[in-house]
Amino acid sequence: MSQYRPGTRLYSAVCAAEVMVIKCAAEGEVACGGHPMSTAPAADKSEPDAALAEGVLMGKRYTDEADSLELLCVKPGQGSLSFAGEALKEKATKKLPSSD
Amino acid sequence: MNIATLLQMAAEACPERGAFKCADDEFTFGELLHAATSAAMRFRSSQCQYVAYLGEASPAVPIALFGAALAEMPFVPLNYRLSDGELESLVSRISPALVVTDRRLGFQADGLVYADIKELLAADTEDPFEVPLDPDAVAVQLFTSGTTGAPKAALLRHSHLFSYIISSVEFMSAGEDEAQLTSVPPYHIAGISAILSSVYAGRRVVQLPNFDARTWLRLVSDEAITSAFVVPTMLARIVSEIDVDAGANCPTLQAIAYGGGKMPVPVIERALEVFPNVAFTNAYGLTETSSTVCLLGPEDHRQAWTSDDPQVRRRLGSVGRPLPSIEIEIRDETGRSLGPNASGEVYVRGPQVSGEYREKRVVGDDGWFATRDAGMVDEDGYVYLSGRADDVIVRGGENVSPGEVEDVLLEHPSVADVAIVGVPSKEWGEAIGAAIVLADGVAGDEEALRAHVKARLRSSKVPEYIRFVRELPYTETGKLLRRLVKADFQ
Repeated sequence: MSQYRPGTRLYSAVCAAEVMVIKCAAEGEVACGGHPMSTAPAADKSEPDAALAEGVLMGKRYTDEADSLELLCVKPGQGSLSFAGEALKEKATKKLPSSD
Repeated sequence: MNIATLLQMAAEACPERGAFKCADDEFTFGELLHAATSAAMRFRSSQCQYVAYLGEASPAVPIALFGAALAEMPFVPLNYRLSDGELESLVSRISPALVVTDRRLGFQADGLVYADIKELLAADTEDPFEVPLDPDAVAVQLFTSGTTGAPKAALLRHSHLFSYIISSVEFMSAGEDEAQLTSVPPYHIAGISAILSSVYAGRRVVQLPNFDARTWLRLVSDEAITSAFVVPTMLARIVSEIDVDAGANCPTLQAIAYGGGKMPVPVIERALEVFPNVAFTNAYGLTETSSTVCLLGPEDHRQAWTSDDPQVRRRLGSVGRPLPSIEIEIRDETGRSLGPNASGEVYVRGPQVSGEYREKRVVGDDGWFATRDAGMVDEDGYVYLSGRADDVIVRGGENVSPGEVEDVLLEHPSVADVAIVGVPSKEWGEAIGAAIVLADGVAGDEEALRAHVKARLRSSKVPEYIRFVRELPYTETGKLLRRLVKADFQ
């Protein structure tokens, strides 16, 4: 399996979620709600796995433990994100004062 | 990765919210996306390769910026104060170009196409437009102001600007009542980053195309402005317009960010005094770094201002600490990395750093970009700048940075503004020249000023040549044109 290229948009097969790959330095598959995400919107959506439906929030960034992958949610949905079988966490960010 | 995604996200999250206002032109985020989509169709069918913008700030700037991004064409804002001759040489470097403007240029260029600013403001479509994905496409090309030579064409790719925004701005973090007043011109990096940051934060922007302090203060009150970005010269004019005892009378104003040039400490001190309830942020950044790389935040400002500890107090003259996504290093002339408090050249690294011109890439393979700014980092991580590395005066083998002499002279009550430059000297190689603007109604006393510098710095840093001038030459964004000051000494 090859790595995702930054800028790639991925669509959930189980919900309305869409994410953009910000960084990817490892091989693995991005999934949402237990189903692989793909580069084209799914024609028929399956149901998210009930245990994998914590949801993704618009504008939040998600990373794996090793920080080898970073995704930005550009459309929210109900599924939970994972990479190479590992659940992704919302990236902790420091709130900065506006500088522009 | 494309900056148009930022607008799409904002338009999806709050389509009805006010996005941009300039005089009578107003756009919601939804309307802005529709106008940008129409513009993209127009741009794409033009057969041009660049979208230039020649005019003052207006909602047509974000429309053209995002429209160009959707059409995957570089957006090139041009300085509308330039002469036709200067513009001709820039336009010839972006041929064939579609120029969004309300004027006609006095020259012909291959493939030059015009689009009216008014036309862009009136266009609207709800047809969807697929956002291109290539993160390496050029989003914005900015011609540098050319304080030292011919303007360079700095390239910012979608990945740089996109990384900067998502790592420094929280999506939709602005409240519905927030409004930002911007008065930086569209051809400046701060003009571009102000658009992107506010869109992603969901913050309404009120544009003031031609800054003057009175209009600025009136707009703050009329438009219930909550935050603003200014360059140092603007803040100096704003605070001198306000009577200290009467106060600023800007009850809605919560935050002012400043940057784009060196802030004189007396100006920020006075600003803290006349705006006791405003949170100040100093932002240091360059065109080549997609705007801000270091921040001195509101807490730092208040702490420094109220502290008796000189180490903390002096932070008012610092540009703060690097953003979480940015690394900073100080290096000497041989490229060796220096420790705390040692002066050298500032290097930066991070996903937002482009360090690339159309003519050449100046960022190293390891990602480090030499800013050409001279400075140091203290043991607490605060960055202090002392000027441009190219401006350092070498007097008899000793390096003198103009900033340190300027700071000392600015403390003298007779000095309103000052520029220190190197003057060719047979004896020293370079001697120190001071161009000084005197405070109102004060007579210049060269010897008193020399004694003032001598008492605070070494005698080798005392200006040999002093000229009293009415004003110093600045670009409209507050950048000192040191080469012009220098020329006056020769």
